[in-house]
Amino acid sequence: MKTKSSLPMTQTEFIRRYKQDKKLVIFLRVFILVLFFLLWEGAARLFLIDPFIFSSPVRLIQAFIDLLPGGEIFFHMGITLLETFISFFLVLALGLVTSVILWWKRSISQVIEPYLIALNSLPKSALAPILIVWLGNNMKTIIVCAIMLAVFGTIINLYTDFVNTDPDKILLVKTLGGNKKDILFKVVIPQNLPALISSMKVNIGLCLVGVIIGEFLAANAGLGYLIIYGSQVFKLDWVMMSIVILCIMATMLYGIVRFFEKKYGEK
Amino acid sequence: MKKILEIRSLDFSYHTLTGETKAVENISFDVYENEFLGIIGPSGSGKSTILSLIFGLLTPTSGEIIMADLTDASDKTPIGYMLQKDHLFEWRSIYKNITLGLEIHHQLTDEKKKLIDQMLREYDLENFKNARPSQLSGGMRQRAALIRTLALQPEMLLLDEPFSALDSQTRLSVSEDIYQILRKEHKSAILVTHDISEAISFCDRVLVLTKRPGTVKKIVPIRLSVAEKTPLKARSAPEFREYFNMLWEELHDEN
Repeated sequence: MKTKSSLPMTQTEFIRRYKQDKKLVIFLRVFILVLFFLLWEGAARLFLIDPFIFSSPVRLIQAFIDLLPGGEIFFHMGITLLETFISFFLVLALGLVTSVILWWKRSISQVIEPYLIALNSLPKSALAPILIVWLGNNMKTIIVCAIMLAVFGTIINLYTDFVNTDPDKILLVKTLGGNKKDILFKVVIPQNLPALISSMKVNIGLCLVGVIIGEFLAANAGLGYLIIYGSQVFKLDWVMMSIVILCIMATMLYGIVRFFEKKYGEK
Repeated sequence: MKKILEIRSLDFSYHTLTGETKAVENISFDVYENEFLGIIGPSGSGKSTILSLIFGLLTPTSGEIIMADLTDASDKTPIGYMLQKDHLFEWRSIYKNITLGLEIHHQLTDEKKKLIDQMLREYDLENFKNARPSQLSGGMRQRAALIRTLALQPEMLLLDEPFSALDSQTRLSVSEDIYQILRKEHKSAILVTHDISEAISFCDRVLVLTKRPGTVKKIVPIRLSVAEKTPLKARSAPEFREYFNMLWEELHDEN
């Protein structure tokens, strides 16, 4: 009897502690954020750091409000988001289609493998200046820049996953009378769906990086443009504000993909 | 008895960079309707290769494989293949795993669905239709794999060591289950195994292969004095030991 009645006690105790630990973690997370902004504001007020160069949270909010009329700030955010989404979906489509082709025709993949590796290893920011000359000072350059950054790694990773699909499962589809198309759609793609989603998780971040690099060089809108423009005219409040917005944006984009991963990618 | 499969002087070699390897040589045998034929042999004697050749996954270097045309309907496949492991897809429910073959053949008709439902009921898997493979025991998984193969209504089954991945207790009960199911559905089967007892208890005839390149050493008809042969009952037949010793000698010569 004693053990029986003590069991639910320890269970509730366990859950209570678990919840307590979780609360503590959340509290500490928020605390660090608040502390960071407070210290930053305080240091700026006391002139421990120069607010003109380092800005301060209050100045950030002021800059944000200044850019509110006419929705200018939302326009810049929207442009960056749009470019990121376009390049993200193009990377996804290009990566998936190319990987399928390479998987289908092993002969092609054997020939182009060293080129893929070379292109993937190349620091893509080196291409940006050439892209401006080739494609012009516009959104095309920015999107191509972002695609370049993410697409080669995506192809290499996805292709490697595709080739390493469980050979026994492929054999099984063959014993059920399946052809190559069946192998692709019944085994290769479903088995590698989690890998596809986790590559998307990396890509959403990479595309944002590519877009910002592109906007540094070839843009008249977007957060990357705002950062470059702000630093050139010494409006460092704008620069810092754009960085904070980027930080929030990147986290949210990652969160969206993570949501889809939880829904479809994991068992 | 009606012959449903004739194998005539089958040769198969495969090639690697270091040279050509003869896997099987001059293999000839027949399989009759409703017969279970066992194939045993030392490892590397080409047991599984013979099944792959019959199914058409491999093309013989020379020789003939003649399959009697038993299928009256075009929506039936002549040969079903069962592998060592069930290879059920974790991303599909048990039901969706079972319909995989029919999906591939574009035959997922109401009639076939009824057939599957009936088999699920009969073989105690009805309550696990929507379960994931990982929720099933080894024996249940193998039964699900069998239904997946039977859903295509093959006349003959190729069983490639289908029990060897199971623990010894499950193995006995699953082989009992599968034996009864195949008998009830009036199927013919070729069972490849390295387990002599399994071959004797499951099969009507046992073919012994030599070591590589595999050739037919002997074909032994199994006649046991049990009322209604099942793998379990067969094991207590008085002749069982005799057959075992004889086949063991044959295999031992090869090792």
